[in-house]
Amino acid sequence: MNKSRLELIRGTLDVLILKSLIWGPLHGYAITSLIRRQSDEALLVEEGTLYPALWRLENKGLVESEWGLSDNNRKAKYYSLTGEGRRHLRAETRIWQAYAEAVAKILGATEPPALETI
Amino acid sequence: MKRVPMWRRYDHLHGPDTRADVRAELRFHLDCKTEELIAKGWSAAAARQEAESQFGNIRALERAGERIGEQMERRRRISEYAAEWLQDTRYTLRTLRNNPAFAGVAILVLALGVGLNAAVFSVVNTMLLRPLPFPKSQELVWFTAGKSLDAKTRVAGGLSGETYTVDVYREFQRNNRSFQSVTAFQTFYNSLQYKLTGVSEPKQLDAVEVAGNFFPTLGVVPVLGRNFTEEETLKGGRPAAILSYYFWKTEFAADPHVIGKTVSINTSPAAVNGPVTIVGVLPASFDFGAVFAPGKKVDLFVPAVMDFWKTWGNTLAVVGRLKPGVSVLRAQDEADRLFPQMKLQHKDWYYDYASDLSGLKNHVAGKLRRSLVVLWCAVGLILLIVCVNLSNLQLSRAATRSKEFAMRRALGAGRGRLIRQLLTESLILAFVGSAAGLAIGFGISYYLAHQTFIALPLLTTIHLDGASVFWTLLTAIALGILFGLAPALRISGTSIQEAIKDNAAGMASGRSHERFRSILVISEVSLACLLLVGAGLLLRSFLRVLDVDLGFNPAHAAAMQIDLPPAANKDQLIQRTQTLKAEIDRVAALPGVESVGIADMLPLDRNREWGLAAVGHYHAKDADTGALAYLVTPGYLQAMGMRLLEGRDFAWNDTPDHQPVIIINQSAARREWPGEDPVGKLAYATGNTPDRVIGVIADVRESALEQKSSPEIYVPMTQNSDVEGATLVVRSRIDSGALGVSMLTALRGLDPSQPATTLRPLQSLVDHSVSPRRFFVLLVTIFAALGILLAALGIYGVISYSVTQKTQEIGVRMALGATRGRVQRAVLAQTLRLAIAGLAAGTLASLGAARLIASLLFATSPWDPVAYAAMVGFLLAIALASGYFPAWRASRIQPMTALRSN
Repeated sequence: MNKSRLELIRGTLDVLILKSLIWGPLHGYAITSLIRRQSDEALLVEEGTLYPALWRLENKGLVESEWGLSDNNRKAKYYSLTGEGRRHLRAETRIWQAYAEAVAKILGATEPPALETI
Repeated sequence: MKRVPMWRRYDHLHGPDTRADVRAELRFHLDCKTEELIAKGWSAAAARQEAESQFGNIRALERAGERIGEQMERRRRISEYAAEWLQDTRYTLRTLRNNPAFAGVAILVLALGVGLNAAVFSVVNTMLLRPLPFPKSQELVWFTAGKSLDAKTRVAGGLSGETYTVDVYREFQRNNRSFQSVTAFQTFYNSLQYKLTGVSEPKQLDAVEVAGNFFPTLGVVPVLGRNFTEEETLKGGRPAAILSYYFWKTEFAADPHVIGKTVSINTSPAAVNGPVTIVGVLPASFDFGAVFAPGKKVDLFVPAVMDFWKTWGNTLAVVGRLKPGVSVLRAQDEADRLFPQMKLQHKDWYYDYASDLSGLKNHVAGKLRRSLVVLWCAVGLILLIVCVNLSNLQLSRAATRSKEFAMRRALGAGRGRLIRQLLTESLILAFVGSAAGLAIGFGISYYLAHQTFIALPLLTTIHLDGASVFWTLLTAIALGILFGLAPALRISGTSIQEAIKDNAAGMASGRSHERFRSILVISEVSLACLLLVGAGLLLRSFLRVLDVDLGFNPAHAAAMQIDLPPAANKDQLIQRTQTLKAEIDRVAALPGVESVGIADMLPLDRNREWGLAAVGHYHAKDADTGALAYLVTPGYLQAMGMRLLEGRDFAWNDTPDHQPVIIINQSAARREWPGEDPVGKLAYATGNTPDRVIGVIADVRESALEQKSSPEIYVPMTQNSDVEGATLVVRSRIDSGALGVSMLTALRGLDPSQPATTLRPLQSLVDHSVSPRRFFVLLVTIFAALGILLAALGIYGVISYSVTQKTQEIGVRMALGATRGRVQRAVLAQTLRLAIAGLAAGTLASLGAARLIASLLFATSPWDPVAYAAMVGFLLAIALASGYFPAWRASRIQPMTALRSN
């Protein structure tokens, strides 16, 4: 398996977590595997960064947590998006897409931009 | 604020444990990972190790988790607390809405208590706590001369004994080292008369002459124009005037272009004459009367021309501003040395003018300190009674709510939670009551500030300021906690089982509630007792003061200031006498007028001191020969209702060519001719030739009703020109309003420039003199009345509740043959027991506390038996009255209904 490990750009993890919760409540482990699968194994979230990020988000009120039962009938802490989190995700997604588009434009360019007419 | 979801509450069932939470969460993750690896074919041990190594430093992670978790927990607790508070508030508002009678009474009682407190605090704050309305007012010092005179002479000297000559003032100004500046104003305001002419009809003005540096020394800056210039304060300088803000508003309609305008102000004698230029307008915050002459309204200020006054006697009141860092004590030290030194250089001074220096604030309000403190205590008592009463109300409500509380406790509410809810209730009531109270307090202080008939200093500057509002809020919170805490503790303390099975038929907790409430009522009664005794003593003193023999009869007499032609020499004096006689004759001819006379000063008003020394008697060098002098016309004594004991009144033919004559009072006769008949005797009084005593009158209270008379001399205006203004006194049964108009018409017939003044009933002099006492008596009486009302309410509440509680018992008794009268008597006896217990405690407390107000009493002992007896009788009657209705209700209980109910 060829794992191209990509370093997460700072601030990206929060959006990814929020996005992964949009399908419904998940526990921490499920979040990592969702991100991994969704990115075709390209992104691997480390536990040492995931949990602090999750707790921070909860502290900010973007996600909330609840103890529940996992598929294998074990007590697990499930996180879900709050209304606030949903709004935050929408805004962040827009910014990200604009940013990615701009970066892609520059990196994919084949010729220099036309001269500005003053 | 975000609402905390309901399910969060159940977290508390386990108790928050963030550490365990974090561990469990991370363990779950580890387990999942391990399982996944095992599924991929790893061995269990290897899978575990791999999972853990992927985790990195798990301890650090746990610590981070705990930190964040605790933070969230804290925040959650706060928001939960707020949510609970909101819940309590909503609940309180709902219960209060369901119980409007209770809410209404509680809020009304609170509003009255808090309102009175706020008002009294604003008075105390203005008069005692707040500095005078001048910049750095703590530097201002008031001078009272006469320190070296003995107390009796000092009192007898009146205003003259406390004031200074121009020479003394100037010398002190030049020689002292303690003061930045020393200033003065003329205390004999009326010796110069001011008439505003040419604007509309001639109008008498109240003016005060001040030294050129008066306003700069006080730190008062005119809002318009400027202060007097040096030139304007000199003899022959351009006449100038500075208007008071009030006068500028009313007379000149706040015209901003008033500066530089000239008005005609005639004065007599002629120090200033002709057009006077208005050079400034003072700020609204400066009220001369409020600080220096309570009850006086000043229209304008003119410069005191010192060169004019320097030939006169003691007329100047002196105020100084200390240099920074110099204390009043040090200044006093310097003055103690300086005045005798100056006397050595000035042989012509009357005496050494040794002076008492006091902070201006202290001079203005110092005498009121005790009265105000008493007032404050009284209003504090009211507040206490309010508290006790509300506690009582809360308790009686709580008795009916005990099941509700027991239920809530049974359902898991902690004791703290219940107390919190009850306190929330009390605090909400306290705040609503205080808001209403502030409105009442604002109304009262506004009313007080606009009373000119109360001669109290600074009264006009009273208003509810930040400090008063802050104080009110503070009292509100204290009140809420005070009256909420006791019932809260008691109610929450009742055991669940007891409360639930207590079916209002006299179970243990009901009994103990009742005992507690009885104690509350007893303390209420004793507090009311204290107030009532205080009010009774003050009231009795007040009546005693009113009962004092004034030496004149203010009823059916009135006074009016009139114009006085100047008299610089004998011919003018004779001419003036003719004018005065004509005026008196005209007024006397008016229908309904019984007698008329003119004097330059009235008793209980201003006064001045001359001397009186019997010819041929030995007078020690330092003997007191002072006597207050009044210049009067024939008929004045009669118009005033003064009693001529011996000899005769002045006559119009006592002219300057005849032997100068005087009339003296009994005090003067006793001093100068003890054991002899003074009529016909000679004495030096008005000048270098002896005057002959032609009559003796009964003593007149000349400075205050509470003070014994000083020696007085009466000098005929027909022989002496040294007058301080002129006031016409008329005795008539006609209403003074109508009489004033016809008098003015009559006088204008002689002198068209006669200024318009009002005819004041003489009683107003007496009223003015007793107004501070009346003010305090009135307030304390109102407080006492309120206290009694509250106590009555308390008694009624307890008795009425106990009758309700005992309905069945009473029913049984009546079924067994008790008569209605007997039931009534039993209830009334219970009332009396409460009242007597309260009375006993209250009387003891009063006996101790009465000493504190002894100095405010006049001819009344602090242990005056009449006041105490009246208090006891009154309170008993009130107690019986408030117990009567419940007793009546008890006697109307139908045995059968009572037994069947429940």
